[in-house]
Amino acid sequence: MRFRVLAAVCLAALGAVTLSCGREGSSKEILVGEYGSLTGGIATFGISTRDGSQLAFDDINQKGGILGQKIKLVVEDDQSKPEEAGTVVNKLIHQDHVVAMLGHVASSHSLAAAPICQAEKIPMISPSSTNPRVTQVGNYIFRVCFLDTFQGAVMAKFAFDTLQVKKVAILVDVRSDYSVGLQTFFGQSFKKLGGEIVSEQSYSQGDSDFRAQLTAIKAANPDAIYVPGYYTEVGTIVHQARELGITVPFLGSDGWDSPKLWEIGGPALNGCYFSNHYATDDPNPVVQKFVNDYKAKYNQLPDALAALAYDAARILADAMTRAGSTDGEKVRDAIASTKDFNGVTGNISINEERNAVKSAVIVKVENGKYLLTETIKPEAVK
Amino acid sequence: MTTFLQQLVNGLSLGSIYALIALGYTMVYGVLRLINFAHGDVYMVGAYVGYYLSRKLQGEEPSIVSALLVMFGSMIVCALLGMLIERLAYRPVRREARLTLLIMAIGVSLFIENVAQLVFGPDPKFFPSLAPRTAFLVGGVRLTSEQITVIAVSLLLMLLLRYFILKTRTGKAMRAVSFSLDASRLMGISTDRIIAVTFALGSALAAAAGVLIGMQIPKIDPLMGIMYGLKAFVAAVLGGIGSIPGAVLGGLLIGISEVMVVGYLSSTYREAIAFGILILVLILRPQGLLGRVQKEKV
Repeated sequence: MRFRVLAAVCLAALGAVTLSCGREGSSKEILVGEYGSLTGGIATFGISTRDGSQLAFDDINQKGGILGQKIKLVVEDDQSKPEEAGTVVNKLIHQDHVVAMLGHVASSHSLAAAPICQAEKIPMISPSSTNPRVTQVGNYIFRVCFLDTFQGAVMAKFAFDTLQVKKVAILVDVRSDYSVGLQTFFGQSFKKLGGEIVSEQSYSQGDSDFRAQLTAIKAANPDAIYVPGYYTEVGTIVHQARELGITVPFLGSDGWDSPKLWEIGGPALNGCYFSNHYATDDPNPVVQKFVNDYKAKYNQLPDALAALAYDAARILADAMTRAGSTDGEKVRDAIASTKDFNGVTGNISINEERNAVKSAVIVKVENGKYLLTETIKPEAVK
Repeated sequence: MTTFLQQLVNGLSLGSIYALIALGYTMVYGVLRLINFAHGDVYMVGAYVGYYLSRKLQGEEPSIVSALLVMFGSMIVCALLGMLIERLAYRPVRREARLTLLIMAIGVSLFIENVAQLVFGPDPKFFPSLAPRTAFLVGGVRLTSEQITVIAVSLLLMLLLRYFILKTRTGKAMRAVSFSLDASRLMGISTDRIIAVTFALGSALAAAAGVLIGMQIPKIDPLMGIMYGLKAFVAAVLGGIGSIPGAVLGGLLIGISEVMVVGYLSSTYREAIAFGILILVLILRPQGLLGRVQKEKV
């Protein structure tokens, strides 16, 4: 028994030594950290994000890199746990000595890591956290996606003006800041336009039976149902709604964007709409180059998270080039002055609040394809 | 009114699932005085076995035959798994303190959950449809074929179980073991065999619940057993742990009250209700609704 304990301790020590040797980077590389969820409930988000930023850096490195050096992406997994995000970000900063940080998708994770990056003066770009509080943490925290205030308003405008629905029910995930935020912003804009919210029901992430809420919504007889949530639950919700005989379209947000959505919901999703960052069938050449490169490398269509990660990585590289340095403060200033960057997810400018100003698209679900229906510019919703 | 009846149907189909899982808790408690915490995970494995079996059968048209094959296949695999857990984890420590057994149960549960994440993958999977889907309208209430299947299959399995326990020799032996383990051994009952049979039966029922929930929801993931297992456990306590009709009653009550709370109040209280009931029962009627008071013998 004692021998076994001893052997285990030795093995663990050996493992630690091997690991720490493996992580030494060469000084010829610029190390950029990325923290994401590669396992756990939102693993597909983390994997797309990693693949997107990797693709951008590969592309840049192939053209000779920046500042005469190649960029190396160091990725850490937080297992879909917000409390782990802080731990891995500390490791990236203190052990790997990265000069800048990319991440995270989920706002709760970004909010856990942002104060650390701020305190260490490491510029952090979140590719896709949409909660307003993320960039309010401090002047080193940026994002390249639009905000939930904008996203909620965009869907409200589309529902009221284009679909011409007047009565909407909302089904919200109460355990997610993202979902609750969108519920508020959509509701405010929709009521301002003259619409009516006829029922508000809630669920919690991880629930799998939504019949009770849907039955209550059905009784309120809405023209459309807004479900700002993640695809894992949304597919199930729409599936169960159709079984209960609810035929009105469902409207959603960028959390829907995943091929898995169609796998779960299937034909029940036909004719539903969600707001998103870009559409793969957008004819813009920047979009088409990205889509083709991504397909060639990973053999699948990139989702919006991959596109945002790609843009975040390129904006970071662009800022480092303009700053002529990888020094935290100079890179920060360069990111802050980004203007009209021609990204896959639109023309991106960073405003004083360190948020991206850009357009959003409305995508229609049709037989497993997500088709571009309308592009809504920031000026259109005020 | 229609909305209320619709909610009642929703509650019944959810409650049937809880009842099927609760039966396994109650039966094992009956013979071993053990809360088998790994039971919820057996239910999860049941859903996954069903998933892989139906993927194997895919290509064929969804039919009653393939649905039955999937259901029985999953029940058999989980019955074996239940016996394996009992043989490897519980039997070696059965003579130790009650606490050892309980901690073992928690360990087995965590072990299965984590191995399942490695083997099945951590992301959710989507259960293919096994039988042709239809829906009937009865007085404004919509009954889907899945809901009817869930309620009917659960009812049938519970009746079969009742017959087995009351009318067969093995069932009689199970009742004897549950009455007194030591006395049964003295009477020449092979208690090891009876305990194994109890685990097999309970696990098979959990597997059936897993396949039924897969058909109904239709999303499964490696951690789905935790919440369902806990609520089924509450159902078993509510009905009176050790009592088989109690487990069924408890399951239905929890299912219906949960759906009513979500439908008429807020989903935030969903879990609060299940566990609130548990606390109330423990305070007001510790033996449960249909349970017997057991006197401690010195």
